[in-house]
Formats: sequence, C-alpha cells, structure tokens
Amino acid sequence: MASERIVIIGAGPAGVRAAQILVAAGIHPIILDEAPMCGGQIYRQQPPVLQRDYSELYGFEAPKAKRLHDTFESLRGSVDYRSDCLVWNLEQKNLHILHAGNSETISVDRLILATGAMDRILPFTGWTLPGVFTLGGAQIAFKSQACAIGRRTVFLGSSPLLPYIAYQYAKAGAEVVAVLDTTARAAKIRALPGLLSGGMTFIKGLYFMAWLRTHNIKYEYGVTPGEALGDQNVEGLRYTDQRGNQQMLECDAIAFGYGLRSEMQLADLAGCDFRFDPVSCNWCLALDGHGRTSVRDIYAAGDGATILGADAAELSGARAAHALLGDLNLGSQDTALGRLNQELDRMNIFRSALERAFAYPHHLAKAIPDSCIVCRCEGVTAGEIRSAVHELGADDINRAKAFCRVGMGRCQGRVCGPATEGIMAAVLNRDQATLGRFRTQAPVKPVPMACVWEKPPEDIVL
Amino acid sequence: MTRQIAVDVAIIGGGTAGCAAALNLAKKGMSVALFEQKTVGSQASGVNFGGVRQHGRDLRELPLSLRSNEIWTDLPRLIGNDCEFVRTGHLKLAFNEAEMAVLEQFADDTRDLKLDIELFGRNALHKRFGWLDKTVFGASLCSSDGQANPRLVAPYFARAARAAGAHIHEHETVTGATKNGADFCLETRSGKSVHSATLLNVAGAWAERIAGWFGDFAPLQPRGPNMQVSEPLPYRLNVSIGAVGGGVYARQIPRGNLIFGGGYGWTDRDKIRARAVVENGREATKRMVTILPWTQDIQVIRTWSGIEGFLPDGIPVIGPSKTTPGLFHAFGFCGHGFQLGPVVGEILAELAMEGRSVISLDNFSIQRFST
Ligand SMILES: Cc1cc2nc3c(=O)[nH]c(=O)nc-3n(C[C@H](O)[C@H](O)[C@H](O)COP(=O)(O)OP(=O)(O)OC[C@H]3O[C@@H](n4cnc5c(N)ncnc54)[C@H](O)[C@@H]3O)c2cc1C
Repeated sequence: MASERIVIIGAGPAGVRAAQILVAAGIHPIILDEAPMCGGQIYRQQPPVLQRDYSELYGFEAPKAKRLHDTFESLRGSVDYRSDCLVWNLEQKNLHILHAGNSETISVDRLILATGAMDRILPFTGWTLPGVFTLGGAQIAFKSQACAIGRRTVFLGSSPLLPYIAYQYAKAGAEVVAVLDTTARAAKIRALPGLLSGGMTFIKGLYFMAWLRTHNIKYEYGVTPGEALGDQNVEGLRYTDQRGNQQMLECDAIAFGYGLRSEMQLADLAGCDFRFDPVSCNWCLALDGHGRTSVRDIYAAGDGATILGADAAELSGARAAHALLGDLNLGSQDTALGRLNQELDRMNIFRSALERAFAYPHHLAKAIPDSCIVCRCEGVTAGEIRSAVHELGADDINRAKAFCRVGMGRCQGRVCGPATEGIMAAVLNRDQATLGRFRTQAPVKPVPMACVWEKPPEDIVL
Repeated sequence: MTRQIAVDVAIIGGGTAGCAAALNLAKKGMSVALFEQKTVGSQASGVNFGGVRQHGRDLRELPLSLRSNEIWTDLPRLIGNDCEFVRTGHLKLAFNEAEMAVLEQFADDTRDLKLDIELFGRNALHKRFGWLDKTVFGASLCSSDGQANPRLVAPYFARAARAAGAHIHEHETVTGATKNGADFCLETRSGKSVHSATLLNVAGAWAERIAGWFGDFAPLQPRGPNMQVSEPLPYRLNVSIGAVGGGVYARQIPRGNLIFGGGYGWTDRDKIRARAVVENGREATKRMVTILPWTQDIQVIRTWSGIEGFLPDGIPVIGPSKTTPGLFHAFGFCGHGFQLGPVVGEILAELAMEGRSVISLDNFSIQRFST
C-alpha cells in the first residue's frame, strides 16, 4: 500500500484540500496542474511581476485565497507538485503529460480528478468578434494580467459571476456600461428563500448588486441578447429588454456567460459514468456519496465533478481524499465523511436556489439564428446543425458532430456542446438530457506532434 | 408483443456495404429491411481514414475496386451528395530500390487497367512534390484515386435507400438468425421477428459471428487502426499518401487538417467501442514526421479508431454461404473496404436477385477457410 502512487489532477480548492488530507495521513501524492501556480481558477495567482495585494485581487475572498495558498505552501515538502503540466491523455492507468514541450507517461494506482470548470456559453450573433469574452475570461484578464478586456464593457448573461465581475471591474476603475441579466427579476425573487441558506455568500452577492446600484450602474433583468455589433471589433450590443423593446448600447467589450460546465474530458477518457442534472442543465460526473466515480480507483471532486462553487470544492476535495484513505484501509473515515457530507448537503440547497436565481436560459438555444456560428473551431453554424438533423436524421450530438463537424475541432466541443445540445433538443422537441455529450478523444487539448511520436522517457521514479 | 416483419431481403449491418446493398435492392423493387445495432455508418464505414484507393491493392481485388471507383464519381446522382469525394490521386512512397521495384511491378501488372499510374524517380518526385522529405527514394502516383468524408457516405446511401422504399432500422441488434424451410428468421433485441427469403451478412467486424450461426467459418480478427488529425494547416498535401508495406498514411482536407494513421488501437466488439492507443502509434507517427518534416511541430487535436475485420490472407469474404442457400456474406475488408463499399452493395444486390454477380467472386469465397 505504501508504494501506491496517488495522483491528484488540479491544484485548485478541491485538489489542494484533497492533498492536505492525504499528506496528513502520511501519503505523498503527485499533484499535476496545467497552470503555473496553485489556486485554480478562482484563487488564481498573479504572475510574480505583479504586486497587487490579496484584497485587491480577491476582494471578500481574500482570506480564503490566502488560506488555500498558505496550505499549499505548507504541503510543498510532502507532495510532488508539477505545475505547467497538461494531462492530455489517460489510457487505463497511464497518464500522458505535456510539460515544457516534452511528453512523459506516469502510471498511477489511484487518481483524484479535481479538474475544475470552464465558462458555459450560448452563442449569439457577433459573439466571435474581437472584444467579446467570456465572464471567466474577463476575470482572468483582471486577475492574472491586471487589465480589463475593454474600456467600456457590457456584462451579459446569467451567472453568480455576473454582478461579481462587473463589481470587480468597476471597483478597479473600468467603465461598466451595463449589467444585463437574462434571468427575470421574478425568478430571482422566487429563489430568495433558498438563497437565504447561503449565509455570507448570499450577503456578499447582495452587496455586489447594491454596490452596482449605488454607483449608478445599469442592471437590467430578463434581457434577451441580440447581436454584438461592429466590424473589426465590438462597437455595440443590441438586445431586447424585459418589456420586449429593442435596445442598443455602445461598448468596446462584452463579457458574457451562463454559469460553468465541468471540465470532464479526463473522466470521460477513463470511462466514468455521467448524469445530466436538470436543475443546472449540466452534465455531471456520477459519484457515489463519497466522491468515488464509477471507475475503480478514480475519485473526483470540485467543479470538475459537479458545479457547486469554491467552498463546496474544498469540502468535496477533502471528501474524495477521505474516501481514498478508507479504500486504502487507513482507518475508518466515517466521521469525517459524515461531517463533510452534512456541510455539502447544506450547500446544495443554496446551490439549487442559485441555479434558479441565475437560471440557465436554455430557451435561447432555440432562438440562435441559422446564420450564427456555434462551433468556432470548425466554423459550423446553427443552421448547419439543424440541417444535420433534418437531412441526415442526426439523433444525438455525436451524430451531428459526424455530419457537420460541430464540436470536432481543437476544443472538442467544450465550448459549443451546451448550445448544440440545446439547438438539437429544440429541433427534435426532446429533453436535452437525451442528446448525449460530445465524446472525448485524446488529446484533451491540442498537443504538439512530438508528444505523440517521441519515445517517452522511462517512467519517473519517485 | 413481437412485431413481425416479412421482406424479400434482410440485411444485417448498416455500414457502406449494407446501405449500398439496400439502395440497389430497393431501386430494383425488392422489399428490404436493414438492421443496424447502432446508427448507419457509425462503425468502420464512418470513422475510417477516408482513403478511396485502388493503388497498391491485391490484384485479386482490382476488378471490384475499378468498378467501385466509377460509382464513387457518380455519387451525386446516385445518393444526392458527393460526400466530399475528390479525385486527388494517391501517392505511394518507396524508400529504397527494393520498394521501388514493388511499385514498378504493380504498374506493370495493371498496365491495361487505365489506373493512370505514373512512376517517379527521386528527382522528378521532389520537383513535383516539394513538401516531401528528400530521403524518399521514389514513388508511384495513381491519379484516378481519391479521398472522401467517411462520415457521410453510409448515411447518404441509407437516406437514398429509404427514399427508394427500404426500411432502415437503427439501434436494432440482430440477436440470432436461423433458416427454417425456405425462410430466414431473424430475432432482434427489441423483439422484432423478421422473415426473409434472402439474408445479407454485412456486419463488418462482427460478421464472422453471424456466419457462425449458420456453420460458416472465417478466421476474422477485429483490429482498430490508429487515426490522428492535426489542427488546420496551410493546404499543400494535394494527394493522399501511403508507403510500400503500409504502416503510415496521410491526407489533408481543404480545410487544412492533416489526417494520418498508423499502428493499431484498442477495440471491444461487445461494448462496440474503439480507441486509439498512443503508444502503438508512435512508430508510424515518427515515420510520418520523417516523410513530411514540416509536420514536426504541428498540433494534434484528436485521435480515434474504429473496429475493422481482418482476415489472414488480406482479402475479404464476398459471396454465398457454404452451408445455407440464400445467405450471402461480405466482410473482412482488412482495412481497405471503404473504397469497395459501393461495389459490394451492387454485387450483393446481384447475388440476392440472380444468385450470381457480373464480377467473378471466386477468390473471395468463404470456402477457402474450410479445411
Ligand atoms: C480506422 C479505420 C481506417 C480505415 N481506413 C480505410 C481507408 O482509408 N480506405 C478504405 O478503403 N478502407 C478503410 N478502412 C476499412 C473500411 O472502413 C471498412 O472496410 C469498411 O467500412 C467496411 O464496411 P462494412 O459496411 O463492411 O462494415 P461496417 O462499417 O463496420 O458496418 C458493419 C455494421 O454492422 C453492424 N452490426 C454488426 N453486428 C450487428 C448485428 N448483430 N445487428 C445489427 N447490426 C450489426 C455494425 O454496427 C456496423 O455498423 C478503415 C477502417 C478503419 C476502422
């Protein structure tokens, strides 16, 4: 048992807390992360040349960010941490890794997947214009490059990040033209009772909204995106307001998004089972109550398994580690697991309410015009997806991929997947869950040819 | 409740071969029911390399291959779509004199067949195809060959077959079949019961099991060729390429993606799943980088595989059952049956309706495996 090699993929909140529990039990895991520094997306660190302090970077989350970074620092002597490492393939129990242009293979005995999430979008006309970013992208520019995506930004979508990032931008001195929320006000009010269970998190959310209001930043509910206008770059946004009136705003940048989706390609390559969560309209990993996936010796935690946010990610990271310790027969983990699950259950209530307050606007997929590009890797339009259904009878999303190349390009449908599912669900008049997920094929992200053909160095010995 | 279906011809397998057979039969007025365990063209026919090549084939296959080549050009009329078939030519590379001799021999053997073959020595080759590495010794170009988008071919054949009246049942596995008296009787997973006078076994890498239901034997091995595709690159590989002895092959589509293959992946016939195995593709990929040095730093965006049936002598089984009148097989295409699909459909229709085909099938008899 002592010789088992345990690997954690992802050094965000889930991965770090998992590592912490393992180290406390005397295990020295390998931690692999694509990013140069720990923290994941939410507690992403700035490059060393930038010197902003924690509160400037993370606002209310500064203490949590600091705690996570500090914890990780304290583990450094006990873990084999490899940053800048893209795990691009998983074949049985071998991980293929790209690091500094070289490929290596590591064999693992047990694996904790803590791969996080990425933005979820639904295309609208003009979304491929320079100047249109995802909400997460706008935040990364801010956190890791200390810059804004534009001088005059419109924030659009439906996501807890929407008011938060708008607030971050405005507070840092960027002009926020407007915040356009696709969820109707009435839906927010209906979600209130559940939101109250969020405690501090909810209060912070209210604070951002109030701050935006007191700073006279336009916040509209129930909008429908129309078109990003412009020739070389975004110059404006057309949308329909909640009363049904056409509106136009001038801007030079748009940040938009509809919540997050799990980064689950590695789990898919491992053959793990998934389930469709109707509340968030997202595919999630099917886990047992303790973070075990359907595949033996593979555990998952954080947003890479189910979108529950950073606090829950820390808890589910710890939970996966405890489950793993239990499976190694390192003493009963029942107490720890029970406590973690209690907290996670409480967060789940809040999360469901949040999903309603910032509802995923699946109705928008139906309205994406035929001419609008959905898959920008392959240049596939909504109309081409619809004709794959009409002409050749595509009855699930991988069939549509085969017929019209949607999701076949370099991102393998991680960006256009939700929209394609939505478009097909509308055409076929079927539940989105029945359309399947884009199948993952290695590499999960493009890798240089050399990775595939160079003989891998001997397996690394710890 | 079992549903009863009675047709002239039942077809097991919705690959190119099965769908083309369905179209040919339906057009001649036969009633046809085709059963596909997944969706049409989702297996070998839909995930292959897309090479449509006569070049370098076993000479015994050439009569079929030549006829198929004619049909490929005719696809727009036949099925309403060209399936991105383009006659780019196929260039087969030699790395030494011995390999060059193989190419010369093939050119010699096929001189009368109008394949349009041209041999290149080193200098002429590098003058014409500047993107090849200078270590390539020589090559042979077959200009009548081409390439196509495999994902479209069987589905368009199926669509045309449906329009002609064939019944195409997808997500419908045939779980067993027998012959009682004059009739075949098939059972499907969803509980359909199918009666037909004729049965076509075009079940790809699964076909030898079906043959086995009737006491026919073929030593089929399933294998999954490793496939890879790159990010879009400037278009320059204006022919499909291969090498003497196989092992590595590549083509570029006008969008710019370079598709290449070599080595074998992992397959599971029961789960109906296949996947490229990186380790097994290394040698071939390395070889490709030697042939096309400019691919050294390109990005690979995807790998995949599919399940194909291989037979020990490298050519398929096509023709009547040894044991059961009215049963015809066509399987075991050994990695090059995409090009043959259209003609196999035509041949099977002839066999089903007349009991014999215009092109001789003597070399492809399943009897060759009986001892
Ligand atoms: C990766 C790869 C690359 C290749 N590259 C080339 C190439 O470049 N050029 C070339 O000419 N050839 C190539 N080939 C070979 C070519 O794809 C095959 O020879 C050809 O497609 C076989 O067609 P088929 O219709 O016989 O089989 P398939 O396409 O496999 O169709 C058989 C069908 O039968 C179905 N089936 C099986 N059992 C049952 C059952 N009990 N009930 C219902 N349905 C059943 C299967 O699901 C399958 O869809 C390649 C093959 C692969 C896998």
